[in-house]
Formats: sequence, C-alpha cells, structure tokens
Amino acid sequence: MSLGIDLTQIESGFSDPVFGSQSVFRAVMDAVARPGTIADLGFAPEPPEGLGRAAGAVALTLFDFETPVWLDPSVDQARAQAWLRFHCGCPITADPQQAAFAVICAPESAPALGAFNIGDAKYPDRSTTLIIEVVALTGGAAITLRGPGIKGETGVSPVGLPADFWHQFAENGAQFQFGVDVLLVAGDRLMALPRSTRVQIEGV
Amino acid sequence: MISTSTPRSNETERYYNYAYLDEQTKRMIRRAILKALAIPGYQVPFGSREMPVPYGWGTGGIQLTAAIIGPDDVYKCIDQGADDTTNAVSIRQFFAKVADVATTEDTAEATIIQTRHRIPEQTLKAGQVLVFQVPQPEPLRGLEARETETRAMHAYEEYGLQYVSLYENVSAYGRIAATAGYPVMVEERYLMSPSPIPKFDNPKMDDNEAILLFGAGREKRIYAVPPHTQVRSLDFEDYPFEVQTWEESCALCGADDAYLDEVVLDDVGTKMFVCSDSHHCGQRRAEGHVGPMAGHQLAQGEAEAAL
Repeated sequence: MSLGIDLTQIESGFSDPVFGSQSVFRAVMDAVARPGTIADLGFAPEPPEGLGRAAGAVALTLFDFETPVWLDPSVDQARAQAWLRFHCGCPITADPQQAAFAVICAPESAPALGAFNIGDAKYPDRSTTLIIEVVALTGGAAITLRGPGIKGETGVSPVGLPADFWHQFAENGAQFQFGVDVLLVAGDRLMALPRSTRVQIEGV
Repeated sequence: MISTSTPRSNETERYYNYAYLDEQTKRMIRRAILKALAIPGYQVPFGSREMPVPYGWGTGGIQLTAAIIGPDDVYKCIDQGADDTTNAVSIRQFFAKVADVATTEDTAEATIIQTRHRIPEQTLKAGQVLVFQVPQPEPLRGLEARETETRAMHAYEEYGLQYVSLYENVSAYGRIAATAGYPVMVEERYLMSPSPIPKFDNPKMDDNEAILLFGAGREKRIYAVPPHTQVRSLDFEDYPFEVQTWEESCALCGADDAYLDEVVLDDVGTKMFVCSDSHHCGQRRAEGHVGPMAGHQLAQGEAEAAL
C-alpha cells in the first residue's frame, strides 16, 4: 500500500525525541499550570510550512495513535499530514467532536470553540485541546485573566484572535467542568488558557 | 547538598528507556497531567503501568515523576517527611540510576519532590513540583464503594454524603475526628483527597506556589492542583477546621510549629516527640536550635550526621 509519502520531503522531528519531548512537556506543563505566562519553545525543530514551531513541538510531544487530530484546512494538508503521520502516527479526523487535539492555523475561519468536544460530565478530561496559531502573544488589546494558577490576576494581549474569541472563551469557562482547553501559539512561543481560567474583557 | 548521580550507568549502555517508562506511556501520562491541571481536583483516569515495585509502594508517584523528570532536575523523595526511610531511599536511587538526575535532601534545592504522606515544612516556591503518592484517590470511597456512583457524585457535585459523614463524626466524638486524608474542596467544585497527609498539612495546599501532582498507581488516577488555587478543608461554621497541635516541642530541634512524630524509646513508656520532616529538623539543628533531648545519646548521632 502506498500512502504517497515521500520520506525525503518530510521535515525532521526532535533530534533527540526523549529529551526534546521532555523539555517541551515541562514548558507546556508550567504554562498550563500558570495561565497567561509565555513559554519559549525556540529549541524545537522546524515543522512543515504552515505550522508554527511551538505548535509543531506540542504535536511531537503529545500526539500519537491514541489522539485523533483535527487539522485546519488552511494548512498544506499533504505536507502537514505526512509530517504528523510520520512522526506522531496520529489519526487525522475531519470531525471536531472526535478530536483529542485540534490544530488551528486560521482562527478567523476555524469552527467556534463550542464545535469541538467539551467532554463528558463524568469524564470532562475527554475534551479537545485546541492549539491556536495567532499573530503574536503580546501587543494586542488587554485582557484580564483570573483563576487557578494565577496569583490575583494577570494581563494578556494576544494578537490575531477572532473578535468574539474572548466571549466564546468566557462561555466555555462558564460551563465548567465541561469545556475545551486552549494553547495559544505564535511562532516559537506558547501560552495556555485552560478552561478553568476566567476572563474579564476590558471596557465590556 | 546536591549529590550528582555516579556512575551514569544509563548513558553508555541503556537497557531501558530514559526514566524507565517508554515514550508512549510518558505521552499518555503527560496528556493526563495537562487535563488534570486544567480541571483542578478532578481525577483523570490513566493507563497505569507495572513498575519495578509493588502497587502501594508509590507507583503512581513514580510514574508521574518518570513522565516529567529531565536530566536538569534535582530530585528529592520523602516518606512521612523523612529522606532517610527505606522507601524514600530506594525511590531516590531508582531515579538517580534511570534518569541520571542529581538528588538532594534539601527542600529548597529540589525541583521535583516526591512525597508519601507529608508536605515539607519549608514553604515551596515557584518552579517546584510536589508529586504525591496516593493509595486511594477517591475521597468518597469509604462512603460509596461503587466507582460508577462516586464518579456521578463528582460529575453532579453531589457531596451531601461527605457532609453527613463529617456530621456523624461531630455527633459521635464532638469534633471532626479525621486526622489524615482530610477531604478538601478545590476551587469550590471538586471534592479531593489530599492523600493521607496529616490535616496539619492541608492549609499548605491553598494558594501554594508549587505545582501539586497526585498519582495513584493501583487505582489508575492522576489529579492536580495548580499554583495559587483555592483548596478548602471541609468544615462547619460551628465546627471550624483545625489542625493538630502539640504541647511538646521537637526533642531535637525545639520546633514548636512543625508536625511531630511520637517515638517510643523503651518498654517502660519513655517517649520523645520529633519533627517528621527530617531535613527541616536537621537544618534547624545546624542553625543552632536545641531541643530538650538534644544532648541525649540517641540525639547525638543524629546531630553529628546532620553536620
């Protein structure tokens, strides 16, 4: 059976998968434990065009045959799929409800947060984790975050999210224990917005 | 003092993967940790593996540590607060061998502290991860044996039974008699077992700077408390939560604000009270604090070992 994958065209993964994925995981774990803080994953390998380095690093670290992945139609499906399948062995799904992870590269045209799996009342951990590529993690309109992992409150200002993203995220949080978890990525950098994070929008 | 692991047996000839677990198992545990942090206090099921120690010896904590540890970490392992007990020593040696990490007994130097049944006296700080070994992750198990039922109780926040149990305590003993594994409410949503730490340690979990990870190997559950998370010990307005206090102070270091173990010294009932946290006690003695039995022949060897 030919999958039509040209191995010579596939970008490399971690030069050392054991220590590479461990380093990425600790950075991601710290980011999820402290929402709003920014992790730098610049040490990770360059993924195929269309995926950012931080998004690729998360994929190499957390995706495998157990995690169906929803891949944004805006990325070069052939190259990105070949890379993900070769390095992670993950199934690709077109159904957001089936996805353990979603890689979103064009947030404007992607399905709403509520379209993905929000988990089960008894098993809220079965929800989708969204990896959303934005323009930048700083420099945009100020948003105030509160909740577990945040001492008092913290401000974030990502650039490149859809206008109603924060309203969607607030609705996502309002239905806790249900909800998706979000990893915002911009190139090498990553910030986590778990469902437990409460958002206060300035001037609204 | 940090001791680096030698020989680095794992480097040249590796008969097993780094940190013992295979990479797919680590990925599975890592995904569970991230969901556990996103839903504080909720028990995430995971595919617990067989480890080279029996269930009940800390396999949940060991698997958590194995999934997060890297060569730059400094690892500390305590059992009932002590670094020098058999279980702690063997688990510490295990990670020195399979993960090439430096180990320490110093709470402040450690980046990962694995613990059985205590939270160190010294306040934890950002950048540290406290890994708990958990025998029974389900706080409601003593009240309801069926997992299908307890899972539904968590899903729908049906915690009345727990309060009835505490009330029965009050009516029978005049107080809430639970002393270890005292149930807590995380962010006013999930009822959580803090593992069998003494209730003395419960307040340390609230608004903690470190990441708290809980692993139950036999019961196949992982749960977590992120930093700066509200953790409230259950109580009633007229029976507020209280921690243990002692009339004695530590016989060796004189501490009157630490958790004390009662040690029977002979067969006529002589006893001493001593800090359960061995590093905390040793550090205080090194600083010159003296307890009532500091000159005792039993304490002499201890003090010399600490210096």
